[in-house]
Amino acid sequence: MTRVLAVATFVYDFLFGDDWRLALGVGVGLGLVVLADRVGLGRLWWLLPVAVLVTLVASLRRASRTS
Amino acid sequence: MAMREVLVFVGVFCACLVEAVEALTIVLAVGLTRGWRSTWEGVAAGVGVLVLTVAVLGPALTSVPINVLRLLVGALLLVFGLQWLRKAILRAAGLKGLHDEDAAFAQETDMARQAAAPTGRTRDWYAFTVAFKGVVLEGLEVAFIVVTFGANQGRLPLAASAAAVAIVVVVAAGAAVRRPLSRVPENSLKLVVGLLLTSFGTFWAAEGAGVDWPGGDAAILVLIAAYSLAAFVCVVWLRRGRALLAVTPSVP
Repeated sequence: MTRVLAVATFVYDFLFGDDWRLALGVGVGLGLVVLADRVGLGRLWWLLPVAVLVTLVASLRRASRTS
Repeated sequence: MAMREVLVFVGVFCACLVEAVEALTIVLAVGLTRGWRSTWEGVAAGVGVLVLTVAVLGPALTSVPINVLRLLVGALLLVFGLQWLRKAILRAAGLKGLHDEDAAFAQETDMARQAAAPTGRTRDWYAFTVAFKGVVLEGLEVAFIVVTFGANQGRLPLAASAAAVAIVVVVAAGAAVRRPLSRVPENSLKLVVGLLLTSFGTFWAAEGAGVDWPGGDAAILVLIAAYSLAAFVCVVWLRRGRALLAVTPSVP
């Protein structure tokens, strides 16, 4: 059980690192790109970089408040 | 080499350099304290696991349809890149301590001295395990970067050779000085890797989702420039916030 937990912790750390919200932000950003295309707004190339920057700044802001 | 290939080489080389420096610190501490035979065996086993990971995952990924591959690999690289970028920015702004190879070396040496000595002529399992874990844990992320960069570009040998060159450079430097490479600017390299992974990740993930980038491949350079500017602004912003907090008198 301890080994399973250790492996699960390693995989979580490996994928999500110090802030799981970064992965969430990437997922939401990509979802918005697909959604925009589906509702007829077109394939908006700028949407993902904007989502990435917003996610990064929010994560840094949170980190600066807690440190 | 085309522009994309040069950037892939630089990204993998820098990522591998950073992780290899950290692995070298662990290996040196164990080897110098406990002896080299079991330590080398641990390193060889660890490198074997990483080579196997690249050899199995690389060709397997190339059989995935290109748009699915770009979407998945791009998203993964983007998540990795943002983690590296976040850490590097926080360190550059002074909100997170810099990785200190000398301190890590002292700590590993201390633990290696305290661990029980092997009996007789048997393998020193402590040295083997620590060296193996050090190489695998530090190298796994690089193995993923090699596989994803390589598979997406159809340039697995190029990505793998960039990693191999970085390992040779670090091992040669470590063998020459026989101490941790604490003068390597790890945080600057981390920042470069973070910027490249985030830029390529954005480019590929969006392409995988059906986006056509204006300017084609040149959009990668624009993304690198935009993210670099954003990282610089973030460092300045966080440093100012920290300075302001330091001079603001506390309310009694």
